[in-house]
Amino acid sequence: MVTLSSGFFRLWLLALIGSALPSLCAQAATPAEQLAAYSARAGTPAQPTRGQQFFNNRHGHDWSCSSCHTVNPTVPGKHASTGKVIGPMAPAYNPERFTDTAKTEKWFRRNCNDVVGRECSAGEKADVLAWLLTLKP
Amino acid sequence: MSISRALANAIGVLTLASAITASWADTPGPTPPPLPNYAQECAACHNAYPPGLLPAPSWRRLMTGLSRHFGVDASLDQATTTEISNWLTHNAGTYRRVSEEPPQDRITRSAWFLRKHNEREVPLAVWKRAAVGSPANCIACHAQAEKGHFNEHDVRIPK
Repeated sequence: MVTLSSGFFRLWLLALIGSALPSLCAQAATPAEQLAAYSARAGTPAQPTRGQQFFNNRHGHDWSCSSCHTVNPTVPGKHASTGKVIGPMAPAYNPERFTDTAKTEKWFRRNCNDVVGRECSAGEKADVLAWLLTLKP
Repeated sequence: MSISRALANAIGVLTLASAITASWADTPGPTPPPLPNYAQECAACHNAYPPGLLPAPSWRRLMTGLSRHFGVDASLDQATTTEISNWLTHNAGTYRRVSEEPPQDRITRSAWFLRKHNEREVPLAVWKRAAVGSPANCIACHAQAEKGHFNEHDVRIPK
């Protein structure tokens, strides 16, 4: 007889939870996984030096990425308007960076619109992330 | 009791009453605990302004124009936008002085804000100090601003 204390029930419960976990954690992805995804979408390998240039370019507008995130994103940055402190962007210096794909996409969408005047392409995102990942202690 | 005694009592009571209500005037009313998404999304770039500082129509306008939020793109997914918008308008300011919708929906252009922070109170040079930055940076001088505490006795203007 299947009861709540039976091993069969526990196994079933574990299987149920285990199959639900991937959808609960769907947004979680390491920086390397996110880089791989952007590179795959771009169809070309990412280039860190191109990423650094893109990061420091004003793209014909008022701000570059470095305006808020500094030219050396291993240190905290500062919002160019409000002065609010922003944690470092390089994952090696800030372990929460690029660990949630929804968050990454949200900030790329907003900040690229402001800096570049349009959405960044998958290739551009890959280049920038590749460069940020080269910044190690 | 004698007339002078009664008068002294009356003056005492009135002074006490005005002192109490004067300190009330510095607080926009009880501030609700912050909505987690409001703190996370909106305070990523600036102070978490207590919702009581603006009337509901101002909050509504701000939340429908997030892609052009004072010069930057602050847009969010629809679900989060709706959640934050509902919380802001539900907890918006209802005191008479906050019923005015300030120019550009800027808290710092409200008549009450300008009155409280006029040049006699806050010299213009103070806003330019590195530790202050701008009138929109409430917590520079009002450490408990995000909790809705603006009592003038707790103000510390940084050098």
